[in-house]
Amino acid sequence: MFLINCPYCGERDQQEFKAGGEAHIERPKQPTELSDDEWAEYLFMRKNIKGVQFERWNHAHGCRKWFNMVRDTSNDEIKAIYKMGEKPPTQ
Amino acid sequence: MTKNLRVKSSEYIDETNRISFKFNGRTYHGFKGDTLASALLANNVHLVGRSFKYHRPRGIMTSGSEEPNAIVQVNPGTNRTEPNVRATEVEIYEGLEASSQNCWPSVEFDIGGINNFLSPFFPAGFYYKTFMWPASFWEKYEFFIRHSAGLGKSPTSSDPDIYDHRNIHCDVLVVGAGISGILAAKNAAKNNFKTLLLDEKNELGGSTIFENNEFNKIDNKAPSEWLKAEIKELKNIKNLEIKTRTSVAAYHQYNYLLARENLTDHLEAKDKTNKIRQRLLKIRAKKVILATGALERPLIFNNNDRPGIMLSSAVKKYSEFYGVACGSRNVFFTNNDSAYESAISLYNKGINVEAIIDIREQSESKIVKKVKEAGIKVYWSHTIVDTAGYKRLNSISIMKLSNDGTSVTGSKISISCDCLGVAGGWTPAIHLYTQSGSKLKFDEKKQIFLPNQNTSEQISVGSCGGDFKIDEIIKNLNQNLKDNLNIKETDLDNIKVEIDQENSKRNIWLLPSDKPLGKTKPFVDYQNDATAKDIKLALREGFRSIEHVKRYTTTGMGTDQGKLGNMHALGIIADTAGVKMGELGTTTFRPPYTPLTFGTIVGRNVGKFFDIFRRTPMNDWHVENKAEFENVGQWKRAWYYPINGETMHQAVQRESKAARESAGILDASTLGKIDIQGSDASEFLNRVYTNAWSKLAIGKCRYGLMLNEDGMVYDDGVTTRLGENHYIMTTTTGGAANVLGKLEDYLQTEWPELDVYLTSVTDHYATASLCGPNSKKILKKIIPDLDLSDENFPHMSFKETNIGHIQCRIMRISFTGEHSYEINVQASYGKDLWKKCMEAGQEFNITPYGTETMHLLRAEKGFIIVGQDTDGTMTPIDLQMDWIVSKKKYDFIGKRSLYRSDTMREDRKQLVGLLTDDPNIVLEEGAQIVSELNQSPVEMLGHVTSSYFSPNLKKSIALAVVRGGKDMMGKKLFVPMENKNINVTVANPVFYDEKNERLNA
Repeated sequence: MFLINCPYCGERDQQEFKAGGEAHIERPKQPTELSDDEWAEYLFMRKNIKGVQFERWNHAHGCRKWFNMVRDTSNDEIKAIYKMGEKPPTQ
Repeated sequence: MTKNLRVKSSEYIDETNRISFKFNGRTYHGFKGDTLASALLANNVHLVGRSFKYHRPRGIMTSGSEEPNAIVQVNPGTNRTEPNVRATEVEIYEGLEASSQNCWPSVEFDIGGINNFLSPFFPAGFYYKTFMWPASFWEKYEFFIRHSAGLGKSPTSSDPDIYDHRNIHCDVLVVGAGISGILAAKNAAKNNFKTLLLDEKNELGGSTIFENNEFNKIDNKAPSEWLKAEIKELKNIKNLEIKTRTSVAAYHQYNYLLARENLTDHLEAKDKTNKIRQRLLKIRAKKVILATGALERPLIFNNNDRPGIMLSSAVKKYSEFYGVACGSRNVFFTNNDSAYESAISLYNKGINVEAIIDIREQSESKIVKKVKEAGIKVYWSHTIVDTAGYKRLNSISIMKLSNDGTSVTGSKISISCDCLGVAGGWTPAIHLYTQSGSKLKFDEKKQIFLPNQNTSEQISVGSCGGDFKIDEIIKNLNQNLKDNLNIKETDLDNIKVEIDQENSKRNIWLLPSDKPLGKTKPFVDYQNDATAKDIKLALREGFRSIEHVKRYTTTGMGTDQGKLGNMHALGIIADTAGVKMGELGTTTFRPPYTPLTFGTIVGRNVGKFFDIFRRTPMNDWHVENKAEFENVGQWKRAWYYPINGETMHQAVQRESKAARESAGILDASTLGKIDIQGSDASEFLNRVYTNAWSKLAIGKCRYGLMLNEDGMVYDDGVTTRLGENHYIMTTTTGGAANVLGKLEDYLQTEWPELDVYLTSVTDHYATASLCGPNSKKILKKIIPDLDLSDENFPHMSFKETNIGHIQCRIMRISFTGEHSYEINVQASYGKDLWKKCMEAGQEFNITPYGTETMHLLRAEKGFIIVGQDTDGTMTPIDLQMDWIVSKKKYDFIGKRSLYRSDTMREDRKQLVGLLTDDPNIVLEEGAQIVSELNQSPVEMLGHVTSSYFSPNLKKSIALAVVRGGKDMMGKKLFVPMENKNINVTVANPVFYDEKNERLNA
């Protein structure tokens, strides 16, 4: 059970949060211009890394804000948390 | 059998408090302070259970939670019964009953014992190998396998006890109150850390509390005396909370631990009632100090499982702590010095010790010399090759061990004995440490796994950290505390320890016998009857991974999770495969450390607290009017209102007719309602719904369909424009929370530039839906001032007005196809609104209807229910709702996906109506649809999604999804059922009032 440092509320129990999958996948601005393959790439393809992964999380039972998290999936160490729109930390 | 083996009074046993209890129907006596195990041993009862596979007689082996054999059914036949309880952990009380498990008709004579003689036919993987063929026989095998599987019996009636949960936050959590745990907790608390100290036993002090080795001294006192003084001091320390009878079950990441605090299990039945039985502590600790101690290992030799064969440390604890002699002719078998301490302990109490068998060549420590002085015979370089005695050990056979330890030589010596204490060295209890995600390393010299890489703020101290001598323990603990708690001085700086302890050990994982391995039974996992030869067989058959060997042989998979034998299993695998233990790794230790009852896990969340449920403001009225309810999401919705003993079918037929012929009323308060405001609100709706919203006039309503980005229908509902920048959206009852979440997600992450604010107002409004040809007259009676003409208040429009002093919002929208109004008022006025409608509607025979009638009425109109007629694979085109998909809009959620090659296929499943040729047959929802009957295998074209008998059309109607259904109008299809085939015809899904004339009736 993680202890997550919500960038708006501070440290809270994982129970209050909802995971939202891989981060930094931007919705194409002009979907109609895309081929089926390109659209499918956006729609379906997600990484599932053993190691450092960039994820979206939502403080669903708190401030309801979305934010990003860098987590090592092999040991669940949370390496960084940053707000939506902020640049991911370089490693 | 009834002789009393109580040898000496013990301060932990209250001999003035005699307690009677029953075991296997027979009454025994013990004293306050006894465990079931110690009380049985005092009555000379060793045989307490039968093993799982071979039904071999088994006795008490240990004195703690690691017990593999002595697992009993407590209070059998009552609603408080609990299976698989370790007799070594049950504190006896007046009236306690317990019985043996896995034996029939009794533990003394067990029919299943025949398995022991058939054991050559039950090798590892026996079930996998035997019951594979013929495949069709599996069901028959399964019956017998299920019958013989499992140990105890679960209770058959509900648990009468109360359970609780408690959250605890602390600076320092100390797990285990042996010498290191006590000293750690004391020094942490003294340095202003809020400290919590837990121990699974009812007394503090661990094994040091009965440590009376005369060669060890702390501050010139015996360690036990010294520690007792320390424990007394704990009571005066602030910041320190101590919980006994509390076992840590799980250690999760980020120092989150679960512990079970046992409050009433040791009390008599009359003292248990109305008290919390167990409390689950949910602990978040800044730092964790693990002081979980070490478990003594047995030795693996032929027939090492007979009742009377125990751990050496347990024999010592029963004598020192409980004052019980486990046997009258005791022998010890060891590979290190600790058995000598046990032997001296018995000797000092006048209990006969016949001999010590030591696989080492020699040891010169003081304690060994003392044993020799006491005249106890020591057999150096010897091993036990066999034991005898079916229900109780009566003798052992020993032989000289070869220099390399792999074979035996010389002649066999037989020694008569009734108790054998086995000492195979100590294994640090690293279970919780590994649960936390931290990594172990193997210490080749000590032949143990030790904590290596910590993943959270934690330290392991004392013997679970690999220190076994009191001087080492105190020295390393002191340093650890200073480093990790950042403190300069501790109580431990000035402690003087004198010690004479030898750590010499000879480690042989599997001891040889004069017989070949195949003819012996050296048990590694006692509870699951896994032997060393099973493990070797698994390796011969090609298993390499330790995890695979574990599952194939079931080693370590019992209720004890292999606390005793896992190390030997690893050792035997390493030796056989010729690899180093360190390279092999360990199996995963999973929570819970000791089993938890379901009651503890769920705590207060039972009965009506099992799940949250939501009730509408009109709920009381529905209850008073005998509505039946159905669960929709977390809501309790009125399902139908039976009168005069009507069946559901009769009630729904009556309600449906009434709603179309005169007037009906539905509680629609559960629909999700989202208030949308902001200068970009219209643009936002354009992006989330498939249809266009910019031109919707203020005061008008529009139906919207929401897709997922994959183009599949996600939700639907009517949205009303209340003002220039103000809308109210309704969602499906079950989808409300998810829709809000999805909209917030897009606003925050994809379109942060939009000026839009979302507020859930589902709970703020109560909604009564008034429908039927007389609905207008009823509303007129309630609000005489409101102009209800079609010109002023047409279909799909909205009015804000008052009913008396109550403000209300009225939408003229319809889910039934009838002329209808949805009246919204502040939730607290909901019941009042409902009653007003009922009063006003009385002369029109207004009929309250539930969700079932609502479903029937909308099906007559061919309106979909998202989640019933759709299942996440239906596009709006599949639903024949092309009309709602804007061709002009550049983009909306899911638009691009509607042009994928797969979503544009002509032969997708599409929504159609179905009419049965016999109008009285109602199809089953979910029934499959085919076009051919005499084909095998037959191709399934689709399935029925909604089906009802329509009282208004006087025939059966159904909605279905059928492959290529759009082009099948009028086609004959079949619905094959178990014993008949139903002929159906594809029809227009709008069955009733196709021209929508009734909306303005």
